[in-house]
This record gives sequence, C-alpha cells and structure tokens, in this order.
Amino acid sequence: MAEPAHMTEREIDRSQMKISDEVAIDIRKMNKWYGDFHVLRDINLTVYRGERIVVCGPSGSGKSTLIRCVNRLEEHQAGEIIVDGTELNSDLKNLDKVRAEVGMVFQHFNLFPHLTILENCTLAPIWVRKTPKKEAEETAMHFLRKVKIPEQAHKYPGQLSGGQQQRVAIARSLCMKPRIMLFDEPTSALDPEMIKEVLDTMIELAEEGMTMICVTHEMGFAQAVANRVIFMDAGQIVEQNEPKEFFTNPKSPRTQLFLSQILGH
Amino acid sequence: MSETHAETAFARKAPVAFVADGQIPASPPPSTAVGPVKWVKDNLFPGPVNTILTLASLAFVALLAYEILPWLIDSSWAPADMSLRGCRAEASGACFAVINERFYQFIFGFYPPEHYWRPTLAFIVVVVSLWPVLFPSAPRKLLILSALSPFICYWLIWGGSIWGPVAVLAAPAVGWLIAAKGGGAITKIVGEDFGPLATIVAAVAGVAIWLLFFLGPVTGALISIAPLALEEVASNRLGGFMLSLIIGLVGIVGSLPLGIALALGRQSKLLIVKAISVGFIETMRGVPLITLLFVASTLLNYFMPPGSNFDLILRVCIMVTLFASAYMAEVIRGGIAALPKGQYEAADAMGLTYWQSMRFIILPQALKISIPNIVSSFIGLFKDTTLVIVIGLLDPLGLSSAIRADQAWNGIVWELYGFIALFFFIFCYGMSRYSQYLERKLRTDHR
Repeated sequence: MAEPAHMTEREIDRSQMKISDEVAIDIRKMNKWYGDFHVLRDINLTVYRGERIVVCGPSGSGKSTLIRCVNRLEEHQAGEIIVDGTELNSDLKNLDKVRAEVGMVFQHFNLFPHLTILENCTLAPIWVRKTPKKEAEETAMHFLRKVKIPEQAHKYPGQLSGGQQQRVAIARSLCMKPRIMLFDEPTSALDPEMIKEVLDTMIELAEEGMTMICVTHEMGFAQAVANRVIFMDAGQIVEQNEPKEFFTNPKSPRTQLFLSQILGH
Repeated sequence: MSETHAETAFARKAPVAFVADGQIPASPPPSTAVGPVKWVKDNLFPGPVNTILTLASLAFVALLAYEILPWLIDSSWAPADMSLRGCRAEASGACFAVINERFYQFIFGFYPPEHYWRPTLAFIVVVVSLWPVLFPSAPRKLLILSALSPFICYWLIWGGSIWGPVAVLAAPAVGWLIAAKGGGAITKIVGEDFGPLATIVAAVAGVAIWLLFFLGPVTGALISIAPLALEEVASNRLGGFMLSLIIGLVGIVGSLPLGIALALGRQSKLLIVKAISVGFIETMRGVPLITLLFVASTLLNYFMPPGSNFDLILRVCIMVTLFASAYMAEVIRGGIAALPKGQYEAADAMGLTYWQSMRFIILPQALKISIPNIVSSFIGLFKDTTLVIVIGLLDPLGLSSAIRADQAWNGIVWELYGFIALFFFIFCYGMSRYSQYLERKLRTDHR
C-alpha cells in the first residue's frame, strides 16, 4: 500500500483517546433532497463521545452535505438527527444551543476578513457564550498558541497564508469550547506544504479526546487517527469499518474501486 | 524517434545541467526606471499617439485659460453702481458684484438678518457632531452631541420654544422606558415566545401615543411654566445653500439606516416583511423625485387632519429621505449579495443569531464594499435638492432666478451659476475624497 502522504513522523499519543458509551450524535433514517434530487438516503449513524470518524467518498457523494446537516447548515427533510441529546428541528432555540456546542471548520476557512485574528476568535464567545471580553481574549490566545500562531493575533486574515488561516479557523472553533468538531475538507484548498501543519493540528486535537467527524481525502490521516472510516457513494453509506480493515480488506466493490483509484497512483 | 532527435538538438545548443553559483545580490534599478524622468516618460510621452494627445490636451488647456482668465481677472467686485450696468462700466470681464451683494441671501435665503447667528451656530453644531461619526480618532463623547444635534439644529433654525424639540426627544425615551422596565411584565403576560415581539409593539405604541396625545399638552404646560423660546422663523423664509444643506443632510443621515433596513427586509425570509420592502423600493424608485415633491407640497395636506400645520420643508425632507432610501437599499443589497456564502455559514455555525451575524459579519463587509456606490447616491441626492425649486422653495437655483428678475441684475448668468456650481462642487468633492479615505482605511487585505 502507498505511503500516506503529508503525515507526521511522530508517534501518535493514544492515551487520551477514549471512546465512551455516551452518544454524541445520533442520526436515524435521515433523508435529504435538493428539490427532486435525493442527496442523502436513509443515513443511520451513531457517533459516541470521543470517536474520530473520517468520511470519504467521491465528490458529489453527499459527505459534505451529511456533516452540514449535523449543525443544520443544511436542513434534512425526513428522519431525525439528535446532537448531544437535542433534536434538530425548526426550533431556533435548539438550533442555537446545538451550534454553540458543535464547531465547524470549512474548506475555504471562512474567516471574517474585516476582523483581526483575535477578533475572529473572540466574537462568538463574547456574543454567544457571553464570556467577558478579557477572558475571551485569554482563551483565544491560549488556542492561538496551541495552533502555533499567537504572534499573528493582531493581523487580518488576508495577511496570513492558507495553512495559517485554516489553523486560525480551527482555533476560532475551539474558542467556543465545543464538544464536537466537524471538518469539511479542511485541507482541500491548501498547498501541499501547508496540509501537514493543518493535519498536525487536527491530530493534536484528536489526541486530546475531541469527538471529530472529518470529511477528508487524507487517507494517511484516516489511518493514523480515525477509529472508524465511513465510505459514502451516491448519497448513502456504502461501507464503514475500522481503518485497518477498511483499507486492507474493503468489502464492497465500490469501495475497492475508490481505494484503488486514490491510493493506487 | 523524432523526440530524441529534438532533445539532442536542444542539449547541443544549451546544456541541460545547471546549478546556480549562489545568490545573485540585489542591485538598484537603472536611473531611467525611477523618479520624475520615468513618470514623465510613462505618463506623458509613452509613444507617438500619446505624445500627440498630450500636446493637444496642453493646447486645449491653454486655450481655455486664454479665454477664461481675462474674464476672471478683469472682473468687478464692488462697482460704484451696484448693478450689471455698473459692472460693465468698470470692467469688461465677470461681474461678481452680484455675489458680493447677494452673498448672505445665497447662504440664508430670506432668513431675518438679525438671526443669522442661529443657522451659523447650527452649522457649527453639525460640523462638530459629524466629526466623531466620520473620524474614529475624534473624542467618543461627542457622539452624544451627534445624537442631540438634529433637535438642537431644528430649534436654532426654526426657533420657537425649546420644549417642542425636547418633547419629541422624549419619545424615544418613552419607548426605551417601556421596553426596559415593562419588558419583563409583558413577557410574563404573553409568554416567552412572543415576549420580545410584544415588547417592541408596546414600545412603538407607547411612542405613538406620546406623540399623538401627550406631546401638545405637555409642551403647552412646560411653555406656560418657562417659555425658553427663540423667535420663530417661518419655513418660507429659509432658502439658499442653507436649505440645500438641510434637505441634503437630513436625506443623507436618514436614508442610510432606512436603506439598510429595507435591504435586509428585501432579503428577509419573512414573506410580509419582504413584500413591504420590495413594494416600497420599487414604488419609490419607479417615480420621479419631482412627483414625490409635488405629493409632499400639495397632496400630503389632504391626508392630514384639517387645520394641522405640517411644515413644508419637513415634508420635503421626509420625501427626499424616503426616495433616497429606496436607492440606498438597492446599493446595500448589492453589497450584501457580493459576500460569499461562507461568511453566513461561518456565522451560523458559530451560533450567532440573525441580528448578531448581520451586525458583526454581514453589514460591516457589505457596507464597506458599497462605499463608492453609497457616496455616489449621497452626491446625487445632494444635487437633487435643487429640484425643490419646482414646488417654490428658494434653493440657490431658485434664488438665482429671483435675482435675475431684479432689474439691477437682469441678464447675468455665468457668475450666478458658476458660484452655485462651485458650492456644490466643494461639497460633492469633499464627499468623494472622504469615501476614498474611508476605503483606504478599511482595507484589510494588504499583505
């Protein structure tokens, strides 16, 4: 099998990675349509606290849509999604509660270009969590140090490289002290040199026991960090397994084809 | 086969293997690539066509100066006989005596001369209260003056008892009191879900009741205790640049927030809010301003209770504001539409409410993008204030017609219009420069 690209050389510390029996996200018979187009079909997925799930699959398979349903950036039309015991429906109060607990990192970072890095990180804690400004800034600096860019705190996003921006985006999400983190192709818009720095940040997060769902094409990351890999195609979950089994012994012919294409070259 | 052929041919001409000896040191550019020599060469004489154009332009400027300068230089400011005839007797050029004689009229219209200090003071108040709004370096406490300045200026210019403006000023305080003190009780009665909405409705109703039923009696009572009045000046005595500035400033200050509200309303998912916004915007934009001014001057009176005296200038100000806000709404909507979807998603994903994401994320960026267009709208609005001439208000253009009707100045054209044009140019150019300053200041994408 091909050597995983962009991977960190160091040994991954698994002492904090514990999966509990507590259900973090429960998705039951969830369906979604864009107009007449059936994008997500009968999705059943239970995520336990502490799990690190990688979702992969060809483009258009609905993997991004799936995680965007978890914080209701996309609305599902049938079935149910329960996040941290709160069901997602049209009730806006539930929605704000869920969104405050679920952090999300986007492919294109989506930092706020008119605010400094520090302001990007403190906005939601101050206005959603009602944290005092000073405390929010201390928390922000703590997480900026963690993603190794505290010195950029007073710059604007436009002055940072792509990799730095994505690390700021991760720090911004962490400042809300989320219980679950969603990553929507966090490295797809980055130069190869910058992918590693973002993946390293994500690995550290995993080492601390964060519950994560990552949509990514970084199979090296999946093998090193994930406890479960989900393969999606044409709007449904085709196969899921622990990474070793998934990569060495894929069951579905569709998975085999996909893996041979992305790992074979 | 042919490929290898090509490769060997290339290899013979240029050896494939190459290693740099080291870093090439940086050196200064040649003297022709920097400084004024380069600027003249690049900007004035880059090639034969441009050289010809440069020379032609210079000739045109010279011709213009040759025609206009003697007119300006050989002008008369204060002839013995203050009339066009007197000017012509003394000098062959421009007759600026008309501006000399009618200067105060141009500025104040027919405002009583002994009270000129009042609009002058109002102008100073406006300048001081715009300072903290336009420049963040100004002391923040001046913003209190900015908030009060409309009332101060109204009182200074129109006169009357101070209690009228104070009683109107009390209206927002009434609304705030109801919202702040009564909000809890209202929420208890109607329940959590409708609490905020009911509080807003109650506050608005409180303000309306205050304005309709209590304003008159309270003002009357206060006047009988202590008049504190300035001599009243009727609206028909206001005119000139003062009138343009009043209408223009009210329109500018009023249309921006109203335009933002309409732009958000038009983007809203709430059907009725959206329908009202779209209806308002399209109606206002679909009607010429002159029509609206006629509505303000004549039609609006039919809807008022008989005997009520609703000031004409106030009516015009309201119409101009509504008209400008429809344009403003579309300009701002353009700015909002230009933002990538990711900005909304990031704000949503962090759990910000709709109003929070609008206030902190969407509007600051949308307004920044829209600055050039917003200022264009402002400039257009300011120049449109001259249209009030059609309903008989004496703006500078109206005054110039009145002046030319005077026998002493009959036949004078260039000097009057030139002076008015200069006034408008100064203000419009000022706005344009400010917008450029603001754009530079708000740039955050510099590397």
